[in-house]
Amino acid sequence: MPRAWGLSRPASSCYDHERDMPDTLFRKVWDRHAVRPLANGQTQLYVGLHLVHEVTSPQAFDALAAHGWPVRAPHRTFATVDHILPTLSLVRPLADPMAETMTSALERNCLSHGIPLFDPASGAQGIVHVIGPELGLTQPGLTITCGDSHTSTHGAFGALAFGIGTSQVRDVLASQCLAVSPLRVRRITVTGRLAPGVYAKDVILAIINTLGVGGGAGHAYEYAGDTIDRMSMDERMTICNMSIEGGARVGYVNPDQTTFDYLRGRRFAPAGEAFDRACRWWSSLASDPGAAYDDDVTIDASTLAPMVTWGIDPGQSVRVDDVVPRPDTVPTSERARLAEAAAFMGMTPGQPIAGTHIDVAFIGSCTNARLSDLREAARMVSGQRLARHVRGLVVPGSQAVAADAEREGLPEIFRAAGFEWRHAGCSMCLAMNPDRLTGREVCASSSNRNFKGRQGSPTGRTLLMSPAMVAAAAIAGEVVDVRPLIGSAGSGVSTGCS
Amino acid sequence: MSASAIAGVRGGGIVLRGDDIDTDRIIPARFLRAVTFEGLEASVFADDRREAAREGRVHSFDDPARREARILFVNANFGCGSSREHAPQALYRRGLRAIVGTSFAEIFFGNAVAIGLPCLSAPADTIATLMAHAAAHPEAEWVVDVASLRVSADEVSVDVTLEATARAALLSGTWDVTSLLLERYDEVERVAARLPYLREFVGSGN
Repeated sequence: MPRAWGLSRPASSCYDHERDMPDTLFRKVWDRHAVRPLANGQTQLYVGLHLVHEVTSPQAFDALAAHGWPVRAPHRTFATVDHILPTLSLVRPLADPMAETMTSALERNCLSHGIPLFDPASGAQGIVHVIGPELGLTQPGLTITCGDSHTSTHGAFGALAFGIGTSQVRDVLASQCLAVSPLRVRRITVTGRLAPGVYAKDVILAIINTLGVGGGAGHAYEYAGDTIDRMSMDERMTICNMSIEGGARVGYVNPDQTTFDYLRGRRFAPAGEAFDRACRWWSSLASDPGAAYDDDVTIDASTLAPMVTWGIDPGQSVRVDDVVPRPDTVPTSERARLAEAAAFMGMTPGQPIAGTHIDVAFIGSCTNARLSDLREAARMVSGQRLARHVRGLVVPGSQAVAADAEREGLPEIFRAAGFEWRHAGCSMCLAMNPDRLTGREVCASSSNRNFKGRQGSPTGRTLLMSPAMVAAAAIAGEVVDVRPLIGSAGSGVSTGCS
Repeated sequence: MSASAIAGVRGGGIVLRGDDIDTDRIIPARFLRAVTFEGLEASVFADDRREAAREGRVHSFDDPARREARILFVNANFGCGSSREHAPQALYRRGLRAIVGTSFAEIFFGNAVAIGLPCLSAPADTIATLMAHAAAHPEAEWVVDVASLRVSADEVSVDVTLEATARAALLSGTWDVTSLLLERYDEVERVAARLPYLREFVGSGN
């Protein structure tokens, strides 16, 4: 059960750096940010970093204006525009009048409240969950909020990052605080070496498949184990990003040397001697050996295969060498959902997922549009051509990712293969801009949600998979197992995090 | 904001069956292309309604007998996916004032309570009973009692649960918390003053 505020120890000791009992990162960071219990029983939590974008903030700014409240901590608030931006032309005014209206509203609100805005002119624009880390704003030990459910991404650094709704965006703008109830902590220990062609995306899809799309309700997920320890920050972000797809609002990885190496030298990270002091504090926040967890789960990563979703939620996935589930292989309570999903997707239970025809290949999103993702995808398409019937789209996660990719010549590789190389943004992950499916198109997508209608066509269909699997499917024109291809794929493109 | 206490809700029922109904289905992303929440009620379940019409079914949100419904009955993990508050806003603006289901996704639940839309829970078989009665009796007058945690209509009356903090907030009229968070702000300043990343190792951003 979650511990109520103040039960774990007297409030006066919440800030002690020395502990008499081992604790989790979750509780250490929570306690350091807990202000007081509220009359309704929730905890008032101080927010260390608030990230803002154009879709979920205008109504919140309007509420502030209606009450005459200022933005309490504009220096801890940062904004970017990502969901609505077109990826073809950024010439102002934007061709889409509503995109222009929403972008202008954010610009006005940021200007009048003194909030830094990373717009395309800044060169630092991108998907909010990509730019926070790459600017060094996202750091261990912070409480982070953003009006977007994939805020869990930032937990990769050992932060407590909460996706919030617009009423809470208003709360945080006005008070730099969040009213929230404590979460239970489930440790998910991932062990073993990933086979070539199996990626962080496959690990998190397998976890969601195992624990269910609602399995994380009321929990924070702590990802641990030697598989996670070996992962780059890019990979850890992919894992934490999709925590919410398993129902866990918060996911995190304990900070370690990989975290510190990533942050050193970043724009908003501490510099010089201050960085060393920061590392000491960050290290002290990692979960202690012997800390108590509300639940413990172990996943053997060495036996995992590339995963592909066949249905209408991220839990409806199978190994690429498996078949769409038959009703008699799932519990009775899940059969109606299976039938609904199979009918929508046009899948026949028992059919192999490999060989599923695709129309569109989308490489992008806050889940998988960082440099290492683009490198892996480029490796698969290097020297090859898109299948004749496939439309391919590569949308880098940020302008910085795009610039790095350009230095490595990745756009040329993608273009030579027949992909379009676009400007940074959320794009076809949720299709709030012109990038969308039409009719019943099937999209192999490196994004995070395969909900009905998610990619902009009410009848459009999404197959979630890793960027390398998307790239391989784009070439083949159908879902294929990337593992036999991985050894022979293009050379000279290295892997790993930036 | 001047929130008022919500002790209970009375009105007609509407049934929406299915587990894991995500917020993209409640309000598809193309309707988030706006700078206000106004008019969202027209687009609630837009794609599901169109799909039903195409298949010759009447979606419950298109059933004239349910137009004035105030209480929505759902199954498990309702509101999963995106954190868009547009989802509870669309339901609220449609006229719904309480949701009763097996379980709710966490962010949706918080967003709903934050606008004064209680989400109450009961075991799956209880929900099945409520849905059966609501489906068969469009005229039934339901009472959702947040204080006594009971949902009743005609001869049906069941116990429901509601997270204690949400119940306390609704009953005391403190579900809109901004003002609470701004009270005694010196305590917030004290917490902030102890956070090393705000004082000891602040990045320059240059």
